[in-house]
Amino acid sequence: MSGRDRRDTWVGRSIRRVEDFSLVTGRGRFTADLAATHWVRFVRSPVAAGKIERITAPQGATVITAADLAGVKPIRPMLHKFGYVPVDQPILASEVVRFVGEPIAAVIAASEEEAEDLADGVEVAITESTAVVRAEDALAEGAALVHKDVPGNVVVEARHATPDFNAARKAAHRLLTIEIRSRRQNAMPLEARGGHAAYDPASGRIFFTCSTQTPHLMRTAIADLIGMPESQLRVIAPDVGGGFGQKMSLPPEYVVLVWLARKLKSSVAWREDRRENLIAAFHSRDQKIRLEGGFDRAGKLVALSADVTANIGAYSCFPTTCAVEPLMALAELPGPYDIRAYSGVARGVLTHTCPMAPYRGVARPVITLALERLMDRAAAAFDLDPIEIRRRNLIDRFPYTSATGLVFDEASYRETMEMAAAALDVAAFRVRQRQARTIGRFLGLGLATFSERTGYGTPAFAARGMEITPGWEKVELTMDPSGLVEARIGASPHGQGLRTTLAQIIADELGIAPAQIVIVHGDTDRTPYGFGTFASRSLVIAGGAALIAARKVRVKLIKLASHLLEAAPDDIVLENGNAKVAGTDRELPIASLARAAYHQAHRFNGEIEPGITEAATYDPPGTFSNACHAAIVEVDIETGRVEIDKFLVAEDAGRLINPMIVDGQIHGGVAQGIGNALLEEIIYDETGNILTTTLADYLPPTLREIPPMELHHLETLSKETITGAKGLGEGGAIGAPAAIINAINDALSPFRISIDEIPATPQRIRAALRAAKANA
Amino acid sequence: MMEKIEIALLINGRWHAVRVEPRRTLVDAIRDDCGQTGTHIGCEHGVCGACTVLLGGEPVRSCLMFAVQADGREIRTVEGLADGDKLHPLQRAFMEHHGLQCGFCTPGFLMLAVGVLEREPDIGDADLIEALSSNLCRCTGYQNIIKAVRAAAAEMRAK
Amino acid sequence: MKPAPFVYHAPKTLEQAVAVLAEVAPEDGRVLAGGQSLVPTMAFRLARPAHLVDINQVAGLDRLAVENDALAIGACVRHAAFHRPVAAGPLGDLLAFVVRYIAHYPIRTRGTFCGSLAHADPASEWCLVAATLGGEIVARSARGTRRIAAADFFQGLMATALEDDELLEAARLPVPTADTRWGFYEFSRRAGDYALAMALATFRLEQGVMVAPRMGLGGVEVSPRRIPEAEAMLTGEPPEIGIFRRAAEAAADAVDPLEDIQASAEYRRDLVRAVARRALERAAA
Repeated sequence: MSGRDRRDTWVGRSIRRVEDFSLVTGRGRFTADLAATHWVRFVRSPVAAGKIERITAPQGATVITAADLAGVKPIRPMLHKFGYVPVDQPILASEVVRFVGEPIAAVIAASEEEAEDLADGVEVAITESTAVVRAEDALAEGAALVHKDVPGNVVVEARHATPDFNAARKAAHRLLTIEIRSRRQNAMPLEARGGHAAYDPASGRIFFTCSTQTPHLMRTAIADLIGMPESQLRVIAPDVGGGFGQKMSLPPEYVVLVWLARKLKSSVAWREDRRENLIAAFHSRDQKIRLEGGFDRAGKLVALSADVTANIGAYSCFPTTCAVEPLMALAELPGPYDIRAYSGVARGVLTHTCPMAPYRGVARPVITLALERLMDRAAAAFDLDPIEIRRRNLIDRFPYTSATGLVFDEASYRETMEMAAAALDVAAFRVRQRQARTIGRFLGLGLATFSERTGYGTPAFAARGMEITPGWEKVELTMDPSGLVEARIGASPHGQGLRTTLAQIIADELGIAPAQIVIVHGDTDRTPYGFGTFASRSLVIAGGAALIAARKVRVKLIKLASHLLEAAPDDIVLENGNAKVAGTDRELPIASLARAAYHQAHRFNGEIEPGITEAATYDPPGTFSNACHAAIVEVDIETGRVEIDKFLVAEDAGRLINPMIVDGQIHGGVAQGIGNALLEEIIYDETGNILTTTLADYLPPTLREIPPMELHHLETLSKETITGAKGLGEGGAIGAPAAIINAINDALSPFRISIDEIPATPQRIRAALRAAKANA
Repeated sequence: MMEKIEIALLINGRWHAVRVEPRRTLVDAIRDDCGQTGTHIGCEHGVCGACTVLLGGEPVRSCLMFAVQADGREIRTVEGLADGDKLHPLQRAFMEHHGLQCGFCTPGFLMLAVGVLEREPDIGDADLIEALSSNLCRCTGYQNIIKAVRAAAAEMRAK
Repeated sequence: MKPAPFVYHAPKTLEQAVAVLAEVAPEDGRVLAGGQSLVPTMAFRLARPAHLVDINQVAGLDRLAVENDALAIGACVRHAAFHRPVAAGPLGDLLAFVVRYIAHYPIRTRGTFCGSLAHADPASEWCLVAATLGGEIVARSARGTRRIAAADFFQGLMATALEDDELLEAARLPVPTADTRWGFYEFSRRAGDYALAMALATFRLEQGVMVAPRMGLGGVEVSPRRIPEAEAMLTGEPPEIGIFRRAAEAAADAVDPLEDIQASAEYRRDLVRAVARRALERAAA
């Protein structure tokens, strides 16, 4: 419990999570914990591009290839916008391979070890062809095509321009440009992917347990591709060891498992290993962004143009399509700044690399890096403090409709920045910085202010043009005869604590304790259709639906109570598990109302439907939370190492349901942002061979790379969401890279270089310093 | 496939007699042969620490040992931490301080912390933090893990 | 990522161990001690030994004692044994300082000092210590015992002078004099990672100048070694920053650096300049 905790309601309190007991006692049930009769090992392409000539399996091995999957459709997500060209991803590579790690065959055996032994013996003859690995190579004249049907390897190119742009740019006092490069990331959930498909003899159905963030979407997609009725497939997301977006997209491997279970009429499982996950689980953030800002004499942005290129890999992820990163960048680039004149182009480029899919923040960490570097560059050009230039540019009147049509609701962009600045004591830091320089030590302070789009429903996804338009969530609430409440949700939490926070929301409405409320999720047989958990949506949308449903139950309980207590509904109060007549001592336990509803329905003269079950759907337009991140770093100029001395977050996510859980989300997001900024990079060589295949090559931060974090909060209640909450799961990852890179540049300002690439590895920093010295 | 060897593992005070190939790692034997799935596999090459168990009281990465090497040895895993219904101070501290989110790395951290604190109850804070940096977490950003372990360490020292 | 199948041997005596090793060596039989380096390579199936000879139950391989001016370290002595100084004087302190850079706590409970030498990873801290201090490796086989000087032992990337049928029975580190100064500095991306460059410097001071300096670099080339060019520059000089800088520069010029995705040759030279100088500064402090 913290000092910020509310005392009069469950909402706003840092109550302990109901999820924790089973997890700390080792009773969690993760996909890999299930035993199976058959085990699958995938044979994967050793080359980035080529024609499959022949697949030879060892004697006696059970191996399936694309030829066996003749009736299974390819993964082909669709986007109806910007001329997006759909591409097919065969479940197992057919005819050609398009990235190192692409699954070509599946070996089935009685144990994982045996399957791996046999897979080693599978020979795949591939005639290699030229691979395009970098976006610029894929865009070059005459470049090899990754897909025949996608000319120039451009799967989507989108443009947006406000009508006044050219005039505004011309009228600008000064033009400044920045070009940033964001290198490939792997979300690297600690639990890799995996699936367990079991044939249920009694019903003939398949029960598919898998590590996923979106059980219903998996069911829809897998059933559709295999050509089986959705009702014949049950998908279960058990305990899931982190997702961060990587597990919201459909892996072809999952389709193979369900197909096999049907064929073998048995249980078939696959446990992805870490090497496979690094190589073939969705990558992200491989982008280059060039911004040109036109500023007036006071340092105010009057025109912004953007050029975004995303290297989206060899295929398109279901359901968002690979256009998600470049198009989000295009739509959200103006960021939290007041810019009326905007022109942008964004393209998604195919290459012979692992496909990209959303990862915490999606395009936002990259656009924030670009905008915040531009702001700092402008601060230097105009000789303004980085805080002052942002003051002059941040949106401060709401609602604000952006140059791309996004509506920013009430928020606190400037307030959180001022809060961060005050907490940092910038003036004192500048003294310390000057003193340090005299003894050859280089400290820096960097900021990032940003908005985080959260809790958006179908209108937002529809605007993107997705064929499958997610957005709404439904919650079903049932109070059983004993007064216990079960809430069945279509969202699919995997660490966010939704079983606790939704219970808090419902508890306040019904006057009962959260311990009386069980949240059921992750099983498509038991829960209403929903879109899962991603995009910082679940608390806002599932929470909103839970609130509406709870209010319906509340109305019913009051009705029951008013009958049984013979009082007017307006006089009934629900609190502490009882329904009481206000101002009197007449009360009944809520449990007895439930019992009456089920077992004494005759008492209500047909005026009240028996039982207590209500449902509600919520589909909000979306909202924006915001934060300011600040980092203080020290750069060792001899080695290029960056140490983060302090990291500070001042954030505003509207009403906080459980402050402890909120802080945890920020901590985790910032840690991934630090990894993004300094350590993590998926590297390919020029032939498309992936070089970062172990955790000794791909470097997520350990405890020692993460400094203590100081968090400050504002709560600007959202009028756009029924709970007043705004969603914040991604924010930590969005602002941290920009704050750290700005801090590095501030530290190295005596050297007149600009570090604009992440991760800012020691090697890159040294190379920049060396080059600056050479040019000096 | 190689011939299987009969071994016995004493896990949380109970003997498990199993037959395993020599190449069967200790973590796979604990999870699949002995059915104790609380210990998790995150990387299988000794970096993430999700597979940490106590072998003879010492924290080890069970993915880097073969089960045959642990024949006859005493092993403690997360399932054995609680004393019946009574949670271990570290388990309580993780719950109290929100030291877990998805829970996948948690058993490894718990066993690492138990091992370190039982062997060196008076371990200094800097050394404790250094020891905790052995394991990876992707959800929490480590802040609350540190908080939880410090709180539990203080409680365990006081006892 | 499961290892390929192998036959498992668990000898109880050294004689048994070398006899088995003699038998299985021709078929790619390997010694299993700590396993912290070997098992990951087997998980990736980069190594597929058909036989593993587990020496953890062999009696007498846990010897750790000073004998004849040298610290004898038996094959099964774990990294963790060095957490507290194992000998009085600079050697014990040096080893206790360096050991904290080796991977992480749980790895150190299993991994062995001698195993690191046999594995010969260029970024192994113990290999650097052995090479710099002039250690000696005791190799034992069914054919007998031989002693190999550290300078001759490391023969390239993950390659040593050990024959296939030889077991690294013990390592011996000469005990430096009580007035020997030492400094160790390592650069890695994250705590516990392999060093991209590290330096171990030792010297004595006699009448204000450095005597018998040793400068060893690890993580920089295929094997750790002493850098004579740097040592020559330090001999007879006062322990001052200017001298240290020049010696570090000489070291950077002298090396033929590894190149990998983490560090180019040019960057490694930058690191050599930094780690060599900083190790010397620590020794002088």
